[in-house]
Amino acid sequence: MNIVSLARFQFAMTTIFHFFFVPFSIGTVFVVAIMESIYVHTGNADYKKMAKFWGNVFLLSFAVGVVTGLIQEFQFGMNWSDYSRFMGDIFGAPLAFEALLSFFIESTFIGLWMFTWKKVGKKLHLFFVWMVVFGTLTSALWILTANSFMQHPVGFKVEGGRAVMVNFGALLANQQLMYEYSHVVIGALLTGSLIFAGLTAFQLLKKREISEADKRIYHKSMRLSLWLVLLFACLNIFAGDLQMRYLIKEQPMKFAATEAVMKTTGDKAPWTVVGYVDPKTHELKGNIDIPDVLSILSYHKTTGSVKGMAELNQEFKKKFGTKIDGQKMDYYVPVNTLFWSFRLMCGFGALAALVALVGLIMTRKGKESLYQHRWCLWVIGLMTFSPFIMNTAGWLITELGRDPWTVYGQYIIAQSVSPNVSVASLLTSNIVYFCLFTFLAIVLIALVVRFLRNDPEEFAAKDEVQKKTMDPFAKGAF
Amino acid sequence: MSVLQILWFILIGVLFSGFFFLDGFDYGVGMAVETLAHDEKEKSQVIATIGPVWDGNEVWLITAGGAMFASFPYWYASLFSGYYLILLLILVGLIIRGVSFEFRKESAPRHKRFWDVALALGSFIAPFFLGVMFISMIKGMPIDAHGNMSAQFFDYFNWFSVVGGIALTLLTYLHGLNYISLKTVGPIHDRARNYANALYWVLYVGEVIFALLLLFQTDFIKVHPFLTLLCLVLIVGFSVAAHVSSFKGREGYAFTFSGLTLISLVALIFCGLFPRVMISSISSKYDLFIQSASSSNYTLVVMTIATVILVPCVLAYTIWTYWIFRKRIEMPAIGEGY
Ligand code: HDD
Ligand code: HEM
Ligand code: HEM
Repeated sequence: MNIVSLARFQFAMTTIFHFFFVPFSIGTVFVVAIMESIYVHTGNADYKKMAKFWGNVFLLSFAVGVVTGLIQEFQFGMNWSDYSRFMGDIFGAPLAFEALLSFFIESTFIGLWMFTWKKVGKKLHLFFVWMVVFGTLTSALWILTANSFMQHPVGFKVEGGRAVMVNFGALLANQQLMYEYSHVVIGALLTGSLIFAGLTAFQLLKKREISEADKRIYHKSMRLSLWLVLLFACLNIFAGDLQMRYLIKEQPMKFAATEAVMKTTGDKAPWTVVGYVDPKTHELKGNIDIPDVLSILSYHKTTGSVKGMAELNQEFKKKFGTKIDGQKMDYYVPVNTLFWSFRLMCGFGALAALVALVGLIMTRKGKESLYQHRWCLWVIGLMTFSPFIMNTAGWLITELGRDPWTVYGQYIIAQSVSPNVSVASLLTSNIVYFCLFTFLAIVLIALVVRFLRNDPEEFAAKDEVQKKTMDPFAKGAF
Repeated sequence: MSVLQILWFILIGVLFSGFFFLDGFDYGVGMAVETLAHDEKEKSQVIATIGPVWDGNEVWLITAGGAMFASFPYWYASLFSGYYLILLLILVGLIIRGVSFEFRKESAPRHKRFWDVALALGSFIAPFFLGVMFISMIKGMPIDAHGNMSAQFFDYFNWFSVVGGIALTLLTYLHGLNYISLKTVGPIHDRARNYANALYWVLYVGEVIFALLLLFQTDFIKVHPFLTLLCLVLIVGFSVAAHVSSFKGREGYAFTFSGLTLISLVALIFCGLFPRVMISSISSKYDLFIQSASSSNYTLVVMTIATVILVPCVLAYTIWTYWIFRKRIEMPAIGEGY
């Protein structure tokens, strides 16, 4: 074990854990805001109860999202100090903006939203929740600005051994950011909608008495969530396709790995559905191919060849050198992980769209057959877990496909770590985080399950207890 | 050193001041959950005083860290990698504390107790180790020519830094007690005030020891004699003012003064450091300076524009939030939220 692999493991573990809750929060608060908007516009109290009920699930996820985010921010200085020195001039600014613009808004308005259901008017309260949505969406924008720079550096020069920003506008106008942001955010919105659809299904599956009012609320939640799932799943297939075709130009190695193209193809590129690459010989095995399809996917026409990893490796060796900082370089990326992650991501994405479509047909007005078939509810319920797989798979592609760079073409991973941090320290922190995360995950799941013993109707009633207060300045405190 | 570099050094100080002023009383309130409140109801009452605002207060720390990364990347890199295990502890403290608000609310009654303890423990760990970190930093740490720190146990934990940690914990605790008496009615209100009145005597002892150690263990008095003395006088002066206000039952003033005490402490650290950001105990050649640790001029300009626009907005809606939640919390503190 060396510090590089331990620091990498830690980064992977902590970001993946953080990113379980990030899209959960972004997505669920967005759906809750829509529910509350419907309530304010139509005056239908069902939607208020819905917003309150599902809002509580969002709050649980938010709590864990916040504390795991803290680790992320500290981690750059703790584990990647040389990287921080190299990149601070560029990386710090978006991070500081994120705090100043987004985190303050998120945390303040969440406090306001939670505690003022009865204190302020309906419209103002609705404004609070949309401010939270604004906070989460801009927070994603800033952090992805930083990440996009690492994928595709622009608007900078290297001076005195570090990257120096010369054009902030260029950082924001980065094409990579446009594609990455839309894809990640739509993915997050899909995550929230799928989770609500799935949890609603589980609520209906439980063997217990549900009042008519609650049933009505659940059915409304289901319809709303399924519509959103359908919308976002289709949008994301579109966004993913755009991103994919951008990759062909900008990061061909990553692209080749997601499709396991080892040797440059002929003019009509076949598409590998399944297969396995031998890590030693770099040879594709056990593959099932469909002719021409890769050309169609890549270029939207029937011809066009795709460069293979072997050729790209040679090209990169010429371009970037066979040695960086005394390290022998090899530009292959972990192809099997990328290949299979890509299949998981796209597969579940397409499945989500399909499930939503069928679900919507089966819950049409007057022909609501979905609720009679328990297995249908089970399918939707199990889909709750799929966005976590999709998101993680997507990030594995993005981040592992950047191997061996931290800043693409500029700075490699082995240069990035803190030179003064010992293996023992890193090992300690890895173990501590691992235990903490396991514990938090178990508690969180237990608490969500516990909360779901409630139903929206009674939960709203419980919440109606009034609080008596007194003015602090009445007693001459000042 | 350019004007912008100095401005950003001050701004980092301002951000840390905001953090200690605001999150300071959160920590105090958190510790009070186990030390001041007697039963579940009182605990809920105490927690309700910070329920809607604690997360916003913690963002001051995140902003200070992010701004340090952006404006002084070399400082951020040396500090965070050098204080690895201490920061790990602080993070663990902040994590168990951060989730406890929400988890406590949703837990079964028999598990509530666990999250109360987590809240109090996390609220103690954070200020104590932050104190140890900042105070050992101003004493000087073994930093080499590349800005990398390789310190031993006693570099982190010595008389000076431990006294500093205790003093900071005590200050935040008192700040929290003053906040509780400002924000509550009932038995908890009186108890918080009595505790504060008694504890200020302990604080004075701590402050005197701290000041003596500071004079002998750091070079502050040599480098900036006037500012150092001024800050020390302010720290003691504000403590006395807070004590007197609390004694007289003027809770608003007591709270303001205990906040100003914390800000004076931050001022002391930043004044003493200037024009350095980190002090090397190996050789003053290796000190990290504002000039060489900072980002490029362009980045500082971008950051300044954003800060000038955004910070007033943040302050405005933060103050507005406190205005909305200005009421005192009564004893059966049931109702919305926590
Ligand atoms: C696409 C979105 C996204 C991505 C890639 C990341 N985050 Fe995050 N982060 C959020 C989106 C987000 C959020 C939605 O805004 C969160 C989740 C829950 C929350 O409170 O805000 C959040 C919380 C959050 C917090 C706590 C904020 C608070 O107290 O309110 C910090 C300090 C960070 N994040 C920092 C990071 C860092 C340093 C990352 C880089 C590795 C990172 N996040 C990746
Ligand atoms: C702005 C956001 C992000 C930045 C700046 C960032 C930066 C980095 C850095 C510095 C590393 C270590 C170098 C390496 O091992 O490749 C890394 C690795 C990694 N990141 Fe990201 N990352 C970001 C977001 C994410 C997110 C949201 C995820 C998803 C959960 C993620 C997943 C990973 C994974 C899985 C690795 C491990 C790769 C490995 O094993 O080496 N990253 N990233
Ligand atoms: C269904 C069709 C989909 C396609 C064709 C697709 C395509 C892609 C591609 C090519 C990448 C790599 C981009 C890069 O490395 O820069 C990617 C990344 C990613 N995908 Fe997907 N995706 C799909 C669905 C989804 C869904 C449904 C989700 C989540 C709910 C998702 C979440 C992500 C995430 C989080 C990333 C990493 C961030 C990024 O680089 O943008 N994807 N996707």
